[in-house]
Amino acid sequence: MLLKLLFRNAFRHRLRTFLTVCGICVAILAFGLLRTVVSAWYAGVDASSATRLVTRNSISLIFPLPLSYKEKIRGVEGVKLVSLGNWFGGIYKEEKNFFANFAVETKSYLDMYPEFIIPDDQKQALLKERKGCVAGRKLAKRFGWKIGDPIVLRGTIFPGNWEFVLSAVYRGRDKTIDENQFFFHWDYLNETMKRVQPRRADQVGFYMVEMVSPDIAAGTSEAIDKLFKNSFAETLTETEKSFQMGFISLSQTILTVIELVSMVIIVIIMAVAANTMAMSVRERMSEYAVFKTLGFGGGYLTFLILGESMVITALGCGMGILLTYPAADAFSRAVGEFFPVFNIARETIYLDIAASAVIGAVAALFPVWRAVTVPIASGLGRIG
Amino acid sequence: MATVIEIRNITKSYRRGSQSIVVLENLSLDIEEGAFLALMGPSGSGKSTLLNLLAGLDKADSGTIRVRGTDISLLSETGLAKWRAENVGFIFQFYNLVPVLTAFENVELPLILTNLSRKERREHVETALRLVNLEDRMDHYPGQLSGGQQQRVAIARAVVTDPTILVADEPTGDLDRRSAEDVLKLLERLSRDIGKTVVMVTHDPRAARKAGGIKYLEKGVLADAPETFIPECV
Repeated sequence: MLLKLLFRNAFRHRLRTFLTVCGICVAILAFGLLRTVVSAWYAGVDASSATRLVTRNSISLIFPLPLSYKEKIRGVEGVKLVSLGNWFGGIYKEEKNFFANFAVETKSYLDMYPEFIIPDDQKQALLKERKGCVAGRKLAKRFGWKIGDPIVLRGTIFPGNWEFVLSAVYRGRDKTIDENQFFFHWDYLNETMKRVQPRRADQVGFYMVEMVSPDIAAGTSEAIDKLFKNSFAETLTETEKSFQMGFISLSQTILTVIELVSMVIIVIIMAVAANTMAMSVRERMSEYAVFKTLGFGGGYLTFLILGESMVITALGCGMGILLTYPAADAFSRAVGEFFPVFNIARETIYLDIAASAVIGAVAALFPVWRAVTVPIASGLGRIG
Repeated sequence: MATVIEIRNITKSYRRGSQSIVVLENLSLDIEEGAFLALMGPSGSGKSTLLNLLAGLDKADSGTIRVRGTDISLLSETGLAKWRAENVGFIFQFYNLVPVLTAFENVELPLILTNLSRKERREHVETALRLVNLEDRMDHYPGQLSGGQQQRVAIARAVVTDPTILVADEPTGDLDRRSAEDVLKLLERLSRDIGKTVVMVTHDPRAARKAGGIKYLEKGVLADAPETFIPECV
């Protein structure tokens, strides 16, 4: 019966409960979305493989490395496979249509990225077609591209209009894989550059290195960089994860602010929920005094008040979580080009639930203390 | 008749800011088993405080209160709560029913603390509601009952655990004359027919007249009732 009473108490002031539930729902929704934005920022890091290294120019990523390094890197002990690529930075029709596009050594690159799943026939077609390209499923869907479609990108780093044929569409092995990328043959880029700007030919933006084991990452990185020490283009080799983290560190302040804002939202809603519980308990103080009069101890009162608080926050949390999915979907569609992977992580839902539990518990803390410690006579309001 | 409540030299004071207000001073009183006693006196005379003390809702600064031989002033808060649940039934001026529970559930409330099964609880509640003639209203919420009916539900709640004593604080204070009569008759019946010891605080001389005895308090001590106060019953 106490459970029944707990639920009935939660809905005694329907408007107040409704507004509090709405507040918690919006807070959980905002919290969930902000956490998902943070997760989306780290998507590249999460998708990184521990067996892959990235070698780039030690001065900066914008400075190239000679093509000749490839064979030297391949010769380092523990290296299984080497691929290479350049950030192309091409624009499809308009600048607002931004997506990541790279010129890569297609075969070795795709061998190194088994998480990109391509049907065999498409893969063969891609490898045969000089102007062939492969796009992620979401990217192809975004622009309505179909296999065989011609695609023209306007070069920014490499000037001119670059023509491609969509030979393949990849899908990610799981939800953490970015399906908004675009790759084409590095040879196509290099041969064209040999013709139009020979001094920029045979230059590589980055090397991707696959090792036989993730345990040898430090040693292998060091060995690669040692090879090119004191050369005109020294290298910096790091794990793919560190490489991705390097990009994130540039926007670390923004991420910190987002995380802080998400915490502030929880603190604000905690105050709102605490206010609701404080009002409810203050109004029912004589009722709790009657309970104590009848012999109910502090444990029972704690159960009633904490339980009521938990029911209200659980409702708000449940609604908030349910709404997070369509909201995240809409958000992803609106800003998909900035957050190619925008999935609500299971951890975010756990955080939502944990935040709600904390809100419920903290909101009930003071009212429980008041109800338990107030003398019965004071609670009943009769002294004299 | 045996003495069921034995109050000896109790003193109780409250602090209001830096001031200490003595509400009861060196008060002694014996109440016999099955008695129906009315406590009267002007506001602030200490009658409700006395009721709180003998019901174990509050503790005296000094003195002892024994109920059926148990010195309740020695009990801890937890012990006192358990003692109240087993020995005291409460009836309040404003009924103090839980508005979101039905009459049945309100009466069942004190039984949750017992080891009775659901079936046994139901039987007890039905008996208590039958006693107050409200068995046909058991599914009604307090808001659907008149003041008199609510007070009868409160009486059923007070007696459902079969306590040693019933304490009533102005039980007719919020009722019309007819409902008040019904409630007083019921308390009288509980005392006379079932042998419950009833201690009632009241301002109403008519209510006091129904009681078997009256004690008059003034400024925290027992005193003789003034002439205007139902002299034939004192």
